[in-house]
Amino acid sequence: MSDNTQHIVKSYEQELKRLASLIAEMGGMVESEVSLATQAVLESDAELATRVVASDAKVDAMERDIEAFVIRLLALRQPVAGDLRQIVAALKMTGDLERIGDYAANVAKRSKVLGQYTLPFSLAGLGHMSRLVQENLKAIVDAIGEADAEKALRVWRSDEAIDGFYNAIFRELITYMMEDPRNITPCTHLLFIAKNLERIGDHATNIAETVHYAVTGAPIAETRPKADTSPYAVVRPPAGGGE
Amino acid sequence: MSAKIAIRDLDFYYGANRALKSITLDFPEREVTGLIGPSGCGKSTLLRCLNRMYDLYPGQRATGEVMMDGTNVIGPGVDVDLLRSRVGMVFQKPTPFPMSIRENIAFGVRLHERPSRADMEERVEWSLTRAALWDEVKDRLQTPATGLSGGQQQRLCIARTIAVRPEVILFDEPTSALDPISTLKVEELIDELKRDFTIAMVTHNMQQAARVADQVAFFYLGEMVEVASAATMFTAPREKRTQDYITGRFG
Repeated sequence: MSDNTQHIVKSYEQELKRLASLIAEMGGMVESEVSLATQAVLESDAELATRVVASDAKVDAMERDIEAFVIRLLALRQPVAGDLRQIVAALKMTGDLERIGDYAANVAKRSKVLGQYTLPFSLAGLGHMSRLVQENLKAIVDAIGEADAEKALRVWRSDEAIDGFYNAIFRELITYMMEDPRNITPCTHLLFIAKNLERIGDHATNIAETVHYAVTGAPIAETRPKADTSPYAVVRPPAGGGE
Repeated sequence: MSAKIAIRDLDFYYGANRALKSITLDFPEREVTGLIGPSGCGKSTLLRCLNRMYDLYPGQRATGEVMMDGTNVIGPGVDVDLLRSRVGMVFQKPTPFPMSIRENIAFGVRLHERPSRADMEERVEWSLTRAALWDEVKDRLQTPATGLSGGQQQRLCIARTIAVRPEVILFDEPTSALDPISTLKVEELIDELKRDFTIAMVTHNMQQAARVADQVAFFYLGEMVEVASAATMFTAPREKRTQDYITGRFG
């Protein structure tokens, strides 16, 4: 992304700017989708959840528009170097953003089922995790707009904390289910909600990798922190539990 | 990959004007090296150093080293005729001689050797075949070369160049006067030829450098700004000046 020097062909310059603004706009849409979906969970707001699910169609349409625009740019401009990286990055990021939108819509759908239950435990952990996910998502959307590889790298590194929260929530929810089988339905939905948030974090790190490559021309050199240990989690039933 | 030609600290002067500034560049054996850059950047001048074309003009001189197989070809005591038979050149516009197709090939061969009639026939067929022209002209070798199409004329010039069995071939914008299909035929030919020859190609067409060259060197105002594999050059060049030029931002 060579920023300060302008293209000799003005229409090409304008197309690249338009692509950047489309991605920024889609990033903003997805950011708000995730924010409202988690709000719907934490506040049991069914009406809000319905709005989130409906808004996902706009995100999907946006992805199709950006894809078509990218294919046109590749065919007509034959971009190279920083332009090529920016355009290919847009194609990859629009896929990640679309997926994040799907996860947010799924969170919203599950919040409606969850609203039918009175939970005997607090959702503070999930609330905290969703704040971290939203912070990362906002930071990565900013990093796209500002072509900031350093900021992208910070997002990439901070996904570890989200995975840590996810593992804790996973264990916590299993414990509730063991304590009382009536918790199984809401806790299963909460597990999926937590998993969706964790996946959103992973897509934010994908975008971070893409931004880093697009800006610097080099992939992130570090090894990806892998802190999701839930596949190996074993939770023993508490003594006398489930009675 | 060993270097067929190794340039070290090459400077070139048109009178007092320093057109190349301390160039250091290797041409790997049996690879295509593409030279790109805006007009007046020195890329054609560099090509002219490799076979001492500049010797033909007074007031032009080169200093430094252009090592080819251990000899500095711009140094004193070099047999320039021999050098030019080892380093062939193909120009921007096809330059067929006003003679038959066969004679266009035979003429250059006779400057360096005296083959028998049969050997000469064989050489004509071999070079026209290598230049992907044989099938199109085998039934009219006696006809004037000027009757060929532009693309065919350029392939004839390539055949004429390889007929003297050079080691290095220099292409100076070899397709800028050709239509797109003829251009692709010449590009395919260059790709074939690199199995046997070391190739240096000046081109204004960046996509062509990307398609044909193994390594690409970018020149600007007499300096070599950057050299890299074509893949690196066109995805992640190191220098901002390179990036600005190849993306069409020169400003």
